[in-house]
Amino acid sequence: MKRHSINHSRRRFLITSLYTGAGLTLGIQLTGCSEEEAPTQAGPGIAGDEAVTEASFEPNAFVRIKPDNTVTVIIKHLEMGQGTYTGLATLVAEELDADWGQVIPEGAPANAKLYNNLFWGKAQGTGGSTAIANSFEQMRQAGGAAREMLVQAAAKKWGVPAGEIRIEKGVIQHAASSKQATFGEMADLAAEQPVPGEVLLKDPEDFTLIGSYVPRKDNKPKINGTAVYTQDIQLPDMLVAVVAHPPRFGAKVKSFDADSALDVAGVEKVVEIPTGVAVLARDTWTAMRGRDLLQVEWDESEAMTQGSAEIMADYKERAKSPGKIAKQEGDAERAMASAAKTVEAEFHFPFLAHAAMEPLNCVVQRTAEGVQIWNGVQSHTADQNAVAKLFGVKPEQVKIKMLYAGGSFGRRANPQSDYVVEAANIVKASGSKVPVKMVWTREDDMHGGWYRPMYYHKMAAALDEAGKPVGWQHRIVGQSIMAGTGFAGMIQDGVDPTSVEGAENMPYAVPNITVDLITTELPVPIQWWRSVGSTHTAFAVETFIDRLAREAGEDPVAYRRTLLKDHPRHLGVLNKAAEQAGWGEPMKEGRARGVAVHKSFNTYVAEVVEVTLHDNNRFSVDKVVIAVDCGIAVNPDVIRAQMEGGMGFGLSAALLSEITLKNGAVEQSNYHDFKMIGIDQMPEVEVHIVKSAKPPTGVGEPATPVIAPAVANALSAITGQTFDRLPLKLKS
Amino acid sequence: MIKLTVNGESHSLDVDPSMPLLWVLRDVLKLTGTKYGCGIAVCGSCNVLVDGSPVRSCITPASSVQGKSITTIEKVESPVAAAVQGAWEKHDVVQCGYCQSGQIMSAIALLEKNPSPSDADIDEAFEGNLCRCHTYVRIREAVHTAAQSLATEGGAA
Repeated sequence: MKRHSINHSRRRFLITSLYTGAGLTLGIQLTGCSEEEAPTQAGPGIAGDEAVTEASFEPNAFVRIKPDNTVTVIIKHLEMGQGTYTGLATLVAEELDADWGQVIPEGAPANAKLYNNLFWGKAQGTGGSTAIANSFEQMRQAGGAAREMLVQAAAKKWGVPAGEIRIEKGVIQHAASSKQATFGEMADLAAEQPVPGEVLLKDPEDFTLIGSYVPRKDNKPKINGTAVYTQDIQLPDMLVAVVAHPPRFGAKVKSFDADSALDVAGVEKVVEIPTGVAVLARDTWTAMRGRDLLQVEWDESEAMTQGSAEIMADYKERAKSPGKIAKQEGDAERAMASAAKTVEAEFHFPFLAHAAMEPLNCVVQRTAEGVQIWNGVQSHTADQNAVAKLFGVKPEQVKIKMLYAGGSFGRRANPQSDYVVEAANIVKASGSKVPVKMVWTREDDMHGGWYRPMYYHKMAAALDEAGKPVGWQHRIVGQSIMAGTGFAGMIQDGVDPTSVEGAENMPYAVPNITVDLITTELPVPIQWWRSVGSTHTAFAVETFIDRLAREAGEDPVAYRRTLLKDHPRHLGVLNKAAEQAGWGEPMKEGRARGVAVHKSFNTYVAEVVEVTLHDNNRFSVDKVVIAVDCGIAVNPDVIRAQMEGGMGFGLSAALLSEITLKNGAVEQSNYHDFKMIGIDQMPEVEVHIVKSAKPPTGVGEPATPVIAPAVANALSAITGQTFDRLPLKLKS
Repeated sequence: MIKLTVNGESHSLDVDPSMPLLWVLRDVLKLTGTKYGCGIAVCGSCNVLVDGSPVRSCITPASSVQGKSITTIEKVESPVAAAVQGAWEKHDVVQCGYCQSGQIMSAIALLEKNPSPSDADIDEAFEGNLCRCHTYVRIREAVHTAAQSLATEGGAA
């Protein structure tokens, strides 16, 4: 087997960072107690209460091989459906030459010294579609180091040269002497070998797991009911808490009467916390009944009174004045003045709830040692710090037992750790020594804010005689996700990058371009929602470019191709999707194709949809062909699943979902009025992965923003209408 | 005191008779495979089988299912259930997995009644099962696969 490094200096750098930055605990740990913290906390529903046994071979913080021949891979990222327990385990197993069946993923504890996201400096967390991308070399190095020690052990035991030893599917072999052993049999001796200073990684052409199908590691527990989510935590003496939140953003508790609530058998306590009034009871149903009987008077003197219509009217008014410059090249204004033709557009985007199937929840217990949390967290370090601050303990005294999350889509990566802190506040206010499981009902989750912000966009383009764009103006109005958070340092010259991503780096060749941003403030808490800025910028850019193509009398794919000459990866997915979808082939009356292409999180996605117009102003999205370029495809089937699901998530927002405010109150309360598509509206999906040797990039988010513009463009092709808001509605 | 038969076992439980079956299963019997998603019978995450038919446990008072046979995801053990779970695994249907207990219950109930469902039959049977990860493409494929395996191999997908 060939083993060499493609880029020596890069690899060396990464090894260094493993030893220092990431603080890989190398060395032999027969007892499993590292200086920092032994990664002994079991993964959700998979590894049970796996403890590091005396004889385990644990060459680093990511791999543990036991005499029973299991290979436990410690996963530093949250499994929320995106497949990271499969993906990161694949990377280790590949370089270790393990058999996929012996690999068991386990959720890492919160310990940023060992498990930081290499793209996030010193913080541990999951987001921005970074799990595979930041771990690609780190996890392979971890697997490779363990392999090397197993080989050395075998060489010593058998008295043969290490170079003659092969490992295949978890079996260590020496052909000449016909000797072989399992990892488990060699674990003890491997633990005594020196930790290799440098590990050569496989040539990609020798990959046996990366790029091939492996079954998901979280399959079984999720189909037999044994997977453990935060909602499922049941502990001795545990109390369940639900919180009465104010009906309007900005309102506070004035007073409350808990007598009736406390009369309910099983309601134990009622306490005021900064975000409302919490009812603690012996079980969930009783806590909810107690809350129903709670009388709270709210101080609404500072409560929000605006509705969505007033907010949008205000945004539209503000868009008349220039904002902070996000991008400026050439002189767009002059180009407009001298253009053969100008085209203008505006776009309205609503608030959106994440609405994961598992409503928010968190289990917290104050312990003698500090604080114990059970939760599927997306931001380990931020959550640890926030809870530590609340209780006046050190961050490392806040232990987090990682569980599966029943979806998140960004919500559990709250920049203020809002729901985790709320659960901690209940424990603090009640003085409870027993564990408390805070649960939000679906209604709490829907009303609770932290939405994808509302945005207003205003665009204008100048076309030359041939219909090519020579000027481009794009103004965005909306709240900043990063302002007032630990990420505020990323705001440059008044521009929050998450407000303009996808617009300031739009790929089309236009010589004169201005993108500016007007940042607003509202009492509505907001945050990232699957694909963040691209959720709105991709719609604006991709429907506008389609409109320019129509104005120029050109085919939308051909028009894009001309303007994407310098963007080969955009072109690659665009061409792939168009070709596979039969772009240009005739369609039946009342049917049309639409296309969109967009890069987010360094992954390129093009989608071609087929839409049918029905009677009564209805339409259906029948088929979606997706092409994706995410660099090396680590788990092709997980990539396909994320393209299917990510697209579907975007389709729900394109067709149905919105959070609206009236007099400062959220109008939606549950899935009957914050809608998403069901199986009957899910189109047929075809996914094509563009072959690439580039480093892998994320796939959790990039399919989401591309579908809404593709559908709108297809509808425009059939009806001639333009679409200036989401969710999409045909004009009658 | 209410009496429930869950997964073949009888339980006499001292709970408020109006407590929905969902919370009796989850908080009293600690059968947490059945999920809370909406509480108003629109998402299907709480589906269980009552005498073989899918029922939304979140709005079903526990007292109303006394004397009936309640089956949860933890103990689905029929040939149809094995075919469905096998197909779910084969197609790697799950993502976050939170809704999948309810999806699987709907699939079992459908295939018990209709061994070769059409796409339209599947649409109808899963009308009330939401999946925020939007795994619908694979749910459909898995139901067809389970149906085929039951027809040709008697169950093993």
